Amino acid sequence: MKLAKAIFGATAMSLAATVAFAESLTIATVNNGDMIRMQKLTDDFTKQTGHSVEWVTLEENVLRQRVTTDITTKGGQFDIMTIGMYETPIWGKNGWLVPLDDLSADYNADDILPAMKGGLSYDGTMFASPFYGESSMIMYRTDLMEKAGMEMPEAPSWSFIAKAARSMTDRDNEINGICLRGKAGWGEGGAFITAMSNSFGARWFDEDWNAQFDTREWSDTLNFFVNMMNDAGPPGYATNGFNENLSLFQQGKCGMWIDATVAASFVTNPDDSTVADKVGFSLAPDNGMGVRSNWLWAWALAIPAGTKKEAAAKEFIEWATSNSYIELVAEKEGWANVPPGARTSLYENPEYKDIPFAKMTLDSILSADPNNSTVDPSPYVGVQFAAIPEFAGIATEVSQEFSAAYAGQQTVAEALAKAQALTNDAMEAAGYR
Amino acid sequence: MARAVTQQRKIINTVLAWVIGLLIFFPILWTFLTSFKTEATAIADPPVFLFFDWTLENYTEVQNRSDYLKHFTNSVIIAVGSTILGVLIAIPAAWSMAFVPSKRTKDILLWMLSTKMLPAVGVLYPIYLIFIELRLLDSKIGLTIILMLINLPIIVWMLYTYFKEIPNEILEAARMDGATLKSEIFYVLTPMAVPGIASTVLLNVILAWNEAFWTLNLTAAKAAPLTAFIASYSSPEGLFYAKLSAASTMAIAPILIMGWFSQKQLVRGLTFGAVK
Repeated sequence: MKLAKAIFGATAMSLAATVAFAESLTIATVNNGDMIRMQKLTDDFTKQTGHSVEWVTLEENVLRQRVTTDITTKGGQFDIMTIGMYETPIWGKNGWLVPLDDLSADYNADDILPAMKGGLSYDGTMFASPFYGESSMIMYRTDLMEKAGMEMPEAPSWSFIAKAARSMTDRDNEINGICLRGKAGWGEGGAFITAMSNSFGARWFDEDWNAQFDTREWSDTLNFFVNMMNDAGPPGYATNGFNENLSLFQQGKCGMWIDATVAASFVTNPDDSTVADKVGFSLAPDNGMGVRSNWLWAWALAIPAGTKKEAAAKEFIEWATSNSYIELVAEKEGWANVPPGARTSLYENPEYKDIPFAKMTLDSILSADPNNSTVDPSPYVGVQFAAIPEFAGIATEVSQEFSAAYAGQQTVAEALAKAQALTNDAMEAAGYR
Repeated sequence: MARAVTQQRKIINTVLAWVIGLLIFFPILWTFLTSFKTEATAIADPPVFLFFDWTLENYTEVQNRSDYLKHFTNSVIIAVGSTILGVLIAIPAAWSMAFVPSKRTKDILLWMLSTKMLPAVGVLYPIYLIFIELRLLDSKIGLTIILMLINLPIIVWMLYTYFKEIPNEILEAARMDGATLKSEIFYVLTPMAVPGIASTVLLNVILAWNEAFWTLNLTAAKAAPLTAFIASYSSPEGLFYAKLSAASTMAIAPILIMGWFSQKQLVRGLTFGAVK
């Protein structure tokens, strides 16, 4: 009887404690497949902790504007924000985020891929925990490559890619040898061309923050891109971004596509892709200069400084970015749908190793170094961006000039000259030069 | 003297009106059709118009993922609330400008309209900071006030235009009969301007319903209306057109139905005073 009373008492106390500390968390996130899956599995978190979650799901650009407004004004609308590698070090430096250096031992923070941890830290302190990470790689049609009489190396060069693209192009049958992003926007075409320029030895700024668009390396990059795309790219590529190229590839209209590693699961999904069983993967190309043209990105969860629900928010982050969560997704939706690119142990898991694109995703992530992304030294952190607050605005304008060159509205030389002038002007106004 | 309209001219005008009408309506029709396609069919090239396997899976997915009713209720409260509040403030303002104008009335009207030319993002931070101070972020009251303020110049302008068409002599007669100012405005002027007020209300409900800058930037989870509901289905990485179309169809359906039933009133009000 005493035992029963004790059990009853303990249960009542724990229930009371749960109720007393149960919080309602508001989380801002993007509308990506992995995030939507997380929302569907939130009940598991609520069951474990008693905390409930309210989601604010927005398109990427809207989300950026929304969370930036809120964090800079200390609006306190969100307890957790989904942010990327670009924002994290800048916001961490400004003291706008809660440091994530005291997560529990069970969480095993050392298991996070070093490239991800590095990109989401400032001054050695992690300010956001990666929910999923990505790099970029080549996705190609094995049947078209074979028809062209060529064999894709595991780590090809740009000259091989250009040759293969031209060989695979079949305009009569609407097959484009290569599909790449040309759309204006720092996260769209701007991200691709910046990562590509790294492999050509170009960089955005020298060590004194002078723009470098007047260099031979940038001219080589842009001319190579425009010539290859004019010969082997889809019509109107200047306005194509991730989704447009995904659509073309899934309909069998691209021989090769170099883009985010997360696209691998889309192009190999037989429900949506007509070429699901004919896709091979390779590392993003290089130009023999020791740097490949792949980028590095993570969507990560961060806690804005000043939230009154910091403890509950940390509990959520530990749940959503843990190994247990990966296992939960695998159990419910299969290993192909687990969030990739965040934890080392995932790539040691024998069941995950069977996924055809798993190894190439990991190799791509491991070959990108945000602290050392250019051939010549540069003053900034980031592979396809420079982690300074001014970059998003400048890069959007620069990518608009580049897109105009892709569309034939101006020459490459004119686009580079304008990019050089506007970048230097903006950097001078911001006090860097 | 009325011009004779030939049969041929009538046919040309009718065909032209239909072509223009269909062109304007086509994006809505396309959105509606896409909402019944799979994501793969939605991006098919060449595009598929009518002959595809119709599916309701997008509507099911949207229903499962989002709380439509909550967003819909928020939209109704915010759109109707801001319009009623705006009209209550605008009727006395428009009365004074129409019937007791000062030297500066025209300037004031132009100044009011000029505030509509200011890019909204230019005042985002000040408004956001004010909302933080007043604890109005993510609240229906806050949004109702901000949308009322945004649409107030249009409401005042429209009502001013309608009131100007009403002969001053009628109001003078009411005054001679001993009507107070309140009675004059609400029992004499307002009933005579019902068509104009109705079209003003309808137009401003539509404007408030579709407003997407402030409703996205000043809300989070609690007060988010249907614009936020739609915004949650756009994605830079992944196919989303079919689901986005389903969400859009659900969001615009109520306002389309309202517009359909009130189109006569809307046209009557908008053309009120246009022909003398």
